[in-house]
Amino acid sequence: MQKPLVLLMVVLVAALGLGACGKKDTKPDESASSTQNTGADSSGVGQASSTEEGAEAPGPLEGMLAKRTIYFDFDSSEIRGEGTEIVAAHAKYLAARGGIKVRLEGHTDERGSREYNIGLGERRAQAVRRALLLQGATESQLSTVSYGEERPAAAGSDETAWAKNRRVEIVYLQ
Amino acid sequence: MKNVNLFAWIRSLALPAILACVASPAHAQLQVDVTSGVTDPIPIAIVPFAKAPPLDSGLDVAEVVQNDLTGSGRFRTAPRAQMTSTPTRAQEVVLADWRASGNDYVVVGRVTPLSEGNLAVDYELVNVLTGQTLGSQRFTGPQAALRNAAHRVSDAVYEKIVGIRGAFATRIVYVLVEGTAPTQTYKLIVADTDGENPRPVLESRFPLMSPSWSSDGQWLAYVSFEGRRSSVYVQRVRDGQRSRVSARAGINGAPTFSPDGKKLALTLGGTGGNADIYVLDLASQGLSRITDDPAIDTEAVWASDGQSLFFTSDRAGGPQIYQIGIRPGDKPKRITFGSTYNARPRVSPDGTQLAMVTLDGNNYRIGVQDLKNGSVRVLSKGRQDESPSFAPNGAMVIYSGSDAGRAVLATVSVDGLTGTRLKSDQGQVREPVWGPFAP
Repeated sequence: MQKPLVLLMVVLVAALGLGACGKKDTKPDESASSTQNTGADSSGVGQASSTEEGAEAPGPLEGMLAKRTIYFDFDSSEIRGEGTEIVAAHAKYLAARGGIKVRLEGHTDERGSREYNIGLGERRAQAVRRALLLQGATESQLSTVSYGEERPAAAGSDETAWAKNRRVEIVYLQ
Repeated sequence: MKNVNLFAWIRSLALPAILACVASPAHAQLQVDVTSGVTDPIPIAIVPFAKAPPLDSGLDVAEVVQNDLTGSGRFRTAPRAQMTSTPTRAQEVVLADWRASGNDYVVVGRVTPLSEGNLAVDYELVNVLTGQTLGSQRFTGPQAALRNAAHRVSDAVYEKIVGIRGAFATRIVYVLVEGTAPTQTYKLIVADTDGENPRPVLESRFPLMSPSWSSDGQWLAYVSFEGRRSSVYVQRVRDGQRSRVSARAGINGAPTFSPDGKKLALTLGGTGGNADIYVLDLASQGLSRITDDPAIDTEAVWASDGQSLFFTSDRAGGPQIYQIGIRPGDKPKRITFGSTYNARPRVSPDGTQLAMVTLDGNNYRIGVQDLKNGSVRVLSKGRQDESPSFAPNGAMVIYSGSDAGRAVLATVSVDGLTGTRLKSDQGQVREPVWGPFAP
């Protein structure tokens, strides 16, 4: 497909996209809704939403607060070493500013099965979440997402790369 | 070990037979490498078909058939250089020629133009030893469907000789990742089983994963991270119409269609982040919880009777595969032992074999377990092999392997003896899923 046509289609879909509400609502205790998005163009290629939902803010940059990444050992969701200090710094910051929200993004290295790694990344994000809650942050300030092995920080198939990918990133939100 | 290098070049604007008019994306070069350790493959000669230029776009139908049959591991195909004659009809076949070169079977055929730009593909399969014509058939269709017709010839020949239905004229879906972080793009691609005719059905700036076919081949379910969170979508392949079916707090993952197409098994994590298996009724949106424990329970796949699920759980300390009925109160039963890591189950169409990712020494490889006697065979040889998926005839498994640091698609026969690698120059290809037989 020609590039200009693709861009036109992306604009069209973004305009049509999440404005159209779903026909069916899910069971009341959960937050999901189903949204009908058409394929938007005759080629039948769907365009994923390019909404800026969940966009990031710079957040605090003083001292330890500039560090946003907590690293983990293989097959572990235990916060250790410098990670403990980083969590403490952000917990204190959040505890003092109840309106500020962060998203905790959990990751794994590439080894093993992808969806199982989503589970492991979430375990790590939850470990950081619990530690933040214990040190003064509130539930409403914290959300988690796991990317498993899908968004590595470092390319490569050796322990150096793997160690950089086993992490939770603290992302400040707008 | 026999190494045969076969090159397949994608033609521009190759249109898949199943769609009205769809433009295919950028060209991609694919290299099909076949390695086989089969001790007694059936020798067969696929004679170049009579052509019908320019309508046939130069497609070499016999070469497509040759690649299909060689890649299955069951056949040894005769090199063209050794052919002393090139008949295109059974009556032209001189049996002595083919006996002399050691072939048990010969396939001959023709592509001929019909009215309105359509083409006919005729083939005949001759038993060289008896002289009997075992099969002959005509496939007709528009020019765009010629490659598909070639795969249907492969299916017919395969079934006549091997006795089970061929799966060459089916489709696969996979995820293609291009570019480098942080500006990677993700696409869901539907293609032929040999990687030809790739067509993107979804494009995104955010990760896509876990595609799953419905058993009628009309729908795909998958996980998308658009909006910077995980959601499960269901999308109609024909026109791209998509619907978000789960965007609950936390993990939404690992969707698989039930055999009747009415339900999805999926993984939800909630705000507490504990991954468990649920079943979602697509019509009523009703949700049933299947597992409820602190372990990671994920990657559920349906048994072929739709009454139980196989899934991955680390409740025993590390990932193993379990089976659980979908009725309330059913308890899980552990299926895998042996290795300390067994995950990502997929069931063969006849329900007797379980493919999985298994830790073999220090390597993650594809294993197949016999569900009756528990024996496990490791099929692949890589370091990071993953995402196995059975062909609809159960004879082959497609999976994602790595080749010199790049993710490639590979197939292996269920006896582990024959493998093919489909390497794309375009980017990282992953998570292939073999689609169902065409209705």
